[in-house]
Amino acid sequence: MSTVAIETHELGKRYTLGLSSRGYGTLREALVEAARKPLRRKGDGRKGDTLWALKELSMTIETGEVVGLIGHNGAGKSTLLKILSRITEPSTGYADVSGRVGSLLEVGTGFHPELTGRENIYLNGAILGMRKTEIRARFDEIVEFAEIERFLDTPVKRYSSGMSVRLAFAVAAHLEPEIMLVDEVLAVGDAAFQRKSLGKMNEVAKEGRTVVFVSHNLAIIQALCTRGILLERGAVVTDAPIDDAINSYLRTLESAASADLLERTDRDTRAYDETLVRQLEIHNPGGTPNVVVAGQPATIAVDVTEQLLGMDCQLTIANSLGQPVCTLDSKVSAPLDVRNGSLGPRIECQIEELPLLPGRYRIDVLVMAKNQIQDGLQAATFFDVEPGLVGERPTAGASSEGNVVLPHVWRLPE
Amino acid sequence: MEPPVETIRLQPTRGFSRVLAPRELWRYRDLAGQIAVRDITVRYRQTALGGAWAVLQPIGFMVVFSLIFGQVAGVSSNGLPYPLFSLAALVPWTFFANALLLGSDSLVANSALVSKIYFPRIFMPAGVVAAGFVDLGISIVILLIIVFAWGFVPSVAILTLPLLIAIAAMAALGTASFLSAINVRYRDVRYVVPFAIQMWLFITPVVYASSALDEPWRTLSAINPMVGVVEGFRWATLGTGNAPWDLIGVSAAAALVIFAAGLAYFDRVERAFADFV
Repeated sequence: MSTVAIETHELGKRYTLGLSSRGYGTLREALVEAARKPLRRKGDGRKGDTLWALKELSMTIETGEVVGLIGHNGAGKSTLLKILSRITEPSTGYADVSGRVGSLLEVGTGFHPELTGRENIYLNGAILGMRKTEIRARFDEIVEFAEIERFLDTPVKRYSSGMSVRLAFAVAAHLEPEIMLVDEVLAVGDAAFQRKSLGKMNEVAKEGRTVVFVSHNLAIIQALCTRGILLERGAVVTDAPIDDAINSYLRTLESAASADLLERTDRDTRAYDETLVRQLEIHNPGGTPNVVVAGQPATIAVDVTEQLLGMDCQLTIANSLGQPVCTLDSKVSAPLDVRNGSLGPRIECQIEELPLLPGRYRIDVLVMAKNQIQDGLQAATFFDVEPGLVGERPTAGASSEGNVVLPHVWRLPE
Repeated sequence: MEPPVETIRLQPTRGFSRVLAPRELWRYRDLAGQIAVRDITVRYRQTALGGAWAVLQPIGFMVVFSLIFGQVAGVSSNGLPYPLFSLAALVPWTFFANALLLGSDSLVANSALVSKIYFPRIFMPAGVVAAGFVDLGISIVILLIIVFAWGFVPSVAILTLPLLIAIAAMAALGTASFLSAINVRYRDVRYVVPFAIQMWLFITPVVYASSALDEPWRTLSAINPMVGVVEGFRWATLGTGNAPWDLIGVSAAAALVIFAAGLAYFDRVERAFADFV
């Protein structure tokens, strides 16, 4: 018999944009506002300044289901998780949640650097909703999973980042909620630990617990989830088996990339917006935009609206499942890099010999200046790599694994 | 047999449904303890002098006040040695002032937690006030040692200390939760609080005696809850003078009102913290 774990009914969340873009106003603004209020007629307020992060969202998740939430930035995934984990209240509708909810939103949030590993396990366990007796019962398991036995009584501020991430995940993974909400946490730690964490998540899912998963890494979502819910502008657009949901997400990504980038609203929320990415494309010298040949020189050109001092750019090339292939970062400089004021509002990145296997890729972009993120777009463009020669060797056929091809030379017995 | 699973309905709430939800607070009681323990541990571990700070602050003020107000200005201390007179008042005052200062910043300082994890938010200012009890305990012991060394013996009135501490704690928690909630929206609070605490010190009879005021102003002044606490502490620890029950009564009532109003305001705005912090 199946039971319902989560049911939402016309769930809505309204944010009031406004007063100040920093998210909090100053007392002065509020006082001025209050002084003006009596002079203003009712209903003549700032009506246009509200944003519905979620709108009449209704869905049902049954006990034991492992569901992936996918969608662009700003589609409402995180807002939904925040409501389900009770961090924030919905503005309309309701959500019925049956069972204890554990949320793994950004590991290590509750750590205090001055406390030792041992103290932090208790503190973090309590923060995640565990009783003291439960933590005590699982203490050894947690320590073992995190591999930090020797450093239990060392303050966490002396831990390497890998160690604190492992500890944080270990605490969270050992709480036994009926419903687990996971937001982009597996992107941390080294590869071995990521595998271990994934295994743990798999185990959790197999134990019949309900898991709701948010990640930009579609490969992880595809591996773990059975059902996918695609959100767009705060509403469910696709609710289907995970493969179908991912396919329909990829289609929306591509149609978004082909539209005018300035019209995109799913920009990086941390961004300062003094300059915006207007256009991004990759091409071979003299070639068609966004169709490139493996092994040939390629240029990625980023056009922005404003030229600012000390601009930097970070480009992440990801494969069609959203798994990053590589990141190109201008902040890490090399002798051949050029900074030239006469370039205008344009950033170029040149690749001597494109080492990608044939297939479809996308580029995520972050533009920085003045030590701030100015703009960020995921899937700013999609491009196709056509077969070619890398290191004078033809790129192998579709059967090859991975996305990258390295120029190489063999030495073989005759 | 699995225990029956409880279903919680998450929906827009109105009125006082959060702070005044005893089941909710009880469910998260371990967290309340952990937060208080964390605040205490961190405070003592980060500083070279650790627990000594709990004592140094009131004693430092005592020395300065004794020189300026006791010697130079010649403020009346009702016939008591001025250092004792001021220290007995400074001990509860320091507790109150620190609770206010740290408590009003507690939500913002823990914004990472507030925006990422659910727990009854009142635990943040409450944890700060609770952690202050340790400092207060240490400084009361030191105060009593100095009182004995000076040749005074506290009377049975010392048994009223828990009541006086409760008044101070209620006033501190009420004010701190109010301020911490405003601080989430308006960071101006950060700059106002240290200034307000200094002002508050001077409207509280710490450097002077409340008998310097004529009636009815003396009794009326006790709507500042720290008036009753401070005069009560002098009476209870020095074992002299008449019981200031009139002041304690008015102050207790005022502290209750502040406590209730502070929590009520906190409760009203709590649901939106994560959207602003």
